[in-house]
Amino acid sequence: MSVELEHYLVVGALLFGIGLYLALAKRNFVGVLMGVELMFNAVNLTFVAFSRFVESEQPLSGHVFVIFVITVAAAEAAVALALAVLVYRNRETIDMDRINLLKW
Amino acid sequence: MLAGLTVGAALGVVIVRDLIRALVLLITSFLGVAGLYITLSADFVAVAQVLIYAGAISILLIFAIMLTPRAGRDNAETFLQIPGLLLAGLVAFTIAFVSLETDWSIAERGGFEETASAIGEALLDKYVLPFEMASVLLLVAMLGAIVLVRPEGTPEE
Repeated sequence: MSVELEHYLVVGALLFGIGLYLALAKRNFVGVLMGVELMFNAVNLTFVAFSRFVESEQPLSGHVFVIFVITVAAAEAAVALALAVLVYRNRETIDMDRINLLKW
Repeated sequence: MLAGLTVGAALGVVIVRDLIRALVLLITSFLGVAGLYITLSADFVAVAQVLIYAGAISILLIFAIMLTPRAGRDNAETFLQIPGLLLAGLVAFTIAFVSLETDWSIAERGGFEETASAIGEALLDKYVLPFEMASVLLLVAMLGAIVLVRPEGTPEE
């Protein structure tokens, strides 16, 4: 059995689901960040799989897009780390259900 | 095999109770994705994945854990556990279903020979404006992170 496009897409879907669950349900801020990174990875995997298998005039555009996504993900991770440290400095916690200053 | 490693490690991130161990499993998952890139003949993206995700971003996450020493180290869920599980399962099922049902126009060509030089040409030719924007974005993000965590009340010199 040869490996087809659908296999990669299903792996991407599973990774995206796991990342979404982490981002929604984890209590620790770092856990939420891990979920976001997993979702990035799932989307990148889907991009590269399409770029490899699907008919296109410029098949490498998918790779270029993945490079940009990785760049933005790095920037996002740095800013998110800064926000986590800032919240921790003010509240002594990074638990998502105890950061409730904006709760009415 | 690689797919099983990747998804299994990602599941481990959900299950494992300790944040540091979850991080190690997450790095394993990143490396599995890099292996999948290699099977897709995307060598440059695979190297970038290992360098940036498994290297830089995981180091950033370790910093985020270490810089918050008195916060909880457990990996527990909030009250959103059940709805989150439902929604994530539904989304994953929908994407998988659509990707299995759709008739993609598969191209009958082999893998790429080597991608790095072609990606470099595309970056400096067709995508030169997004390329420059990305560099500006990185600079702004770096400055923003530094300004955000600068301790207040330090004398400016």
